[in-house]
Amino acid sequence: MARGFRSGGAAALALVLAAPLAGADEVIDDELVINGEIPIVTQAPAPEHVEAFSVIRSGWTFRSPETQAMEMDDFDNPAILGVEAARDDFDASLGANGESCASCHESPEDLAGVRAVYPKWDDAAGEVQTIEMQVNECVTERMGAEAWPYDASRMVNMSALMSFVSRGEIVNVAIDGPAAETWQQGKDMYYTRYGQLELSCANCHEDNYDNMIRADHLSQGMVNGFPTYRLKNTKLNSVHNRFKGCIRDTMAQTFSPGSPEFVALELYVASRGNGLSVEGPAVRN
Amino acid sequence: MFAKPVACAAFLIVSGLAPLHAQEVVAPSAVSFTDMGGIETSLTGTPGDVAAGAELMNKGSGNCIACHKVTALSDLPFHGEIGPPLDGVATRWDEAQLRGIVANAKKTFPGTIMPAFYHTGPYVRPGDAFTGDAAKGDVAPLLSAQDVENVVAYLMTLDTYPE
Ligand code: HEC
Ligand code: HEC
Repeated sequence: MARGFRSGGAAALALVLAAPLAGADEVIDDELVINGEIPIVTQAPAPEHVEAFSVIRSGWTFRSPETQAMEMDDFDNPAILGVEAARDDFDASLGANGESCASCHESPEDLAGVRAVYPKWDDAAGEVQTIEMQVNECVTERMGAEAWPYDASRMVNMSALMSFVSRGEIVNVAIDGPAAETWQQGKDMYYTRYGQLELSCANCHEDNYDNMIRADHLSQGMVNGFPTYRLKNTKLNSVHNRFKGCIRDTMAQTFSPGSPEFVALELYVASRGNGLSVEGPAVRN
Repeated sequence: MFAKPVACAAFLIVSGLAPLHAQEVVAPSAVSFTDMGGIETSLTGTPGDVAAGAELMNKGSGNCIACHKVTALSDLPFHGEIGPPLDGVATRWDEAQLRGIVANAKKTFPGTIMPAFYHTGPYVRPGDAFTGDAAKGDVAPLLSAQDVENVVAYLMTLDTYPE
């Protein structure tokens, strides 16, 4: 980070005391408070199951001051348009049963905190589910409507709304119990060197975060900010869409959004961010 | 001025193929590496073209400056920080070793992030370039044999440390 270390920041100081740090340059002094009222944890001691880091950092800490600023006020955050669109959908009755999301969950704010524990094991389904899968379960089984395509803007918007009402909550995804097998599958994928360039997620986001790869400043590849509004394609992007792009860029055959492989990878990557705040819908390059 | 065969050979070099009268091009699978990971002999028998090599440092399947800083190329934007700067690299390695590093850096630096540029796998889920689709049939090496020679010729010019 160009701005480097400043020991004066209270948050930075707390971190120094809380975590064994590999180096002072791991601590940065950016503070994210959205709308002047929602404090976001953008750096935290790494969870035990992430051996490579002592400190985990949100992608926000790697962005330019201009991009960072867009996330500090909802009036400047273009992702909020998607959140508003999803609010309308939340109240609209769909499908055979004449029900809306609001029939069961009074308001989106009723679902505050939910996002922070997804993906999570679903007993009835017998599988790990992402928030998109959970939304589709409601859409199809409870409301009797057609499933929304996994990566359609309607779904990404609803996912943005689910993040929005959980902003500031601490990500705490379960990795043990029945989720353990899926988590391990995701971990194996994280360290697999895909494609003709033979690059794993870890090659870029673990071994080289904070380095430039051509014009891109590599982050730790966290998913706490998803869905993200990207300046590059000027729309909201799902987690799986980002994964798809990263694997494609290794000159590999990628996986599809909503595939079991990407669900597993999302669980694993989300768990690497346990301790950061839900920050979505975030703004990124 | 130019006799026809010469022009023809020049064309073949530009298109990355070896001239017909030269040695056989060494196929990626037939390359012989030294214990240190170098390659002693040219892959084509045709001397590398420095300008063509410089071009590959920036563009196409080379894109070396995505990861490496090269002061001599500082008119080009955005040099990466993943690998060491290549300034003075010809004083650190000889030509054979540089050829080996470009062809398959994993023979010199086991496990390195640097892609193998003259190699055809096997790969995990090889793709059809950057489309995200599965590769159609055999995967071609990232650089042709002559591309490798050209890049090596360029690297051999990096024999000083700029101030
Ligand atoms: C060739 C390097 C490379 C590889 C390999 C790679 N990524 Fe990325 N990734 C990037 C770049 C560049 C960005 C954009 C800058 C950033 O946020 O790091 C990015 C961004 C991301 C982001 C968005 C972070 C944010 O805060 O918005 C996530 C999540 C991510 N990558 C996950 C992964 C996963 C999971 C894998 C493996 C399947 C992977 N990446 C493999 C280069 C890579
Ligand atoms: C994805 C990143 C990446 C790309 C792309 C890449 N390299 Fe490298 N390269 C590295 C790393 C990292 C090292 C250091 C070896 C190690 O420790 O893994 C390296 C080492 C080298 C070295 C030895 C440097 C020294 O001083 O010891 C040379 C020469 C080299 N690379 C040339 C090239 C050329 C030429 C290209 C393009 C045709 C290229 N590299 C593309 C990452 C990369």
